[in-house]
Amino acid sequence: MKRSLAFLPFVIAVIFGGFFLWGLNPERDPNEVPTVLISQPAPEFDLAPVPDIQTPGLSRDDLVGNPGPVVVNVFASWCVPCRAEHAVLTSLVERDRIVLFGINYKDKPEDAARWLAEMGNPYSRIGSDSSGRAGIEWGISGVPETFIVAPDGTVLFRYVGPVVGDTPVRKFRAALVEAGALPKGGA
Amino acid sequence: MLRAMTFLIAMTLAGMAAAVEPDEMLSDPVLEARARDISKELRCVVCLNQNIDSSNAGVARDLRLLVRERLVAGDTNEQALAFIQARYGDYVLLNPPWNAKTYVLWVAPLAMVIAALGIGFATVRQRRAGGRSAGHSAVEKNQLSTDEELEVANFIEHYNSGDRS
Repeated sequence: MKRSLAFLPFVIAVIFGGFFLWGLNPERDPNEVPTVLISQPAPEFDLAPVPDIQTPGLSRDDLVGNPGPVVVNVFASWCVPCRAEHAVLTSLVERDRIVLFGINYKDKPEDAARWLAEMGNPYSRIGSDSSGRAGIEWGISGVPETFIVAPDGTVLFRYVGPVVGDTPVRKFRAALVEAGALPKGGA
Repeated sequence: MLRAMTFLIAMTLAGMAAAVEPDEMLSDPVLEARARDISKELRCVVCLNQNIDSSNAGVARDLRLLVRERLVAGDTNEQALAFIQARYGDYVLLNPPWNAKTYVLWVAPLAMVIAALGIGFATVRQRRAGGRSAGHSAVEKNQLSTDEELEVANFIEHYNSGDRS
């Protein structure tokens, strides 16, 4: 009994050390908000199209029954990082044949239309979420956010912030490969 | 009268709040007060260490409006909180709930205090008992064990019965 007590300080040091190691891990983002949606069915929502653009609107039904996983991107014309992310999303659609849906979050229709006219429109459907209510259903904390949704309507992945730069793009592509939207081993 | 009271309550509330805009407030002061209570329980998902009641973030405002909408629709405070929790997870509750993920969180402080007290008492008692047992052994050195006692009794008996060898 006495002898085993001698190990107690060591055990305590290991527990605290482990905690500090976890806390100091540079990969860990303390600002990360955990998502409840992963492996859950996508939320109910039904959004009208953005007026003045030809792209149809987006609802929960559009997420179900697609041939493969789809990418849902929450964007807005007032969101500066979305501008940077736009090129990445466009390349995913044009080069990798990813199906991309958009939720236009709290945007003025004319601003959204102008933004898409200027930047190009990679979205095959865009829902106009002018109230931000669908955004709450998706549990977003800001724009941009990007989700991968399986053909059965299950949310597989969520990326908070712009998918821009090497590491985010690598993470997102890895998630697409895992979802089965991209072939394995593709560059 | 009612209008004056509403005005008064609204003014007091406005004094306390930095973020709740007048256009968000409900006309019913009871519901509004409940909404304020609920808002203080909810974490703003943009500025993580603020509650939505004091946060100026856009999402916080949306959530405040949503809470009020739920209350007007007849939700209880718990139902309104659950509605937000279903969308944003336990993380939005500033008061962590009691569930499998948080048992350690809730129990650990109490367990640590109990363990500390236990170790403390054990140490003190051991020290005291140690001091006393040292005294005992000193006394015991001057006393005979039962076997020795028996031997002495035997010896005396033999002596008394005439065996004086």
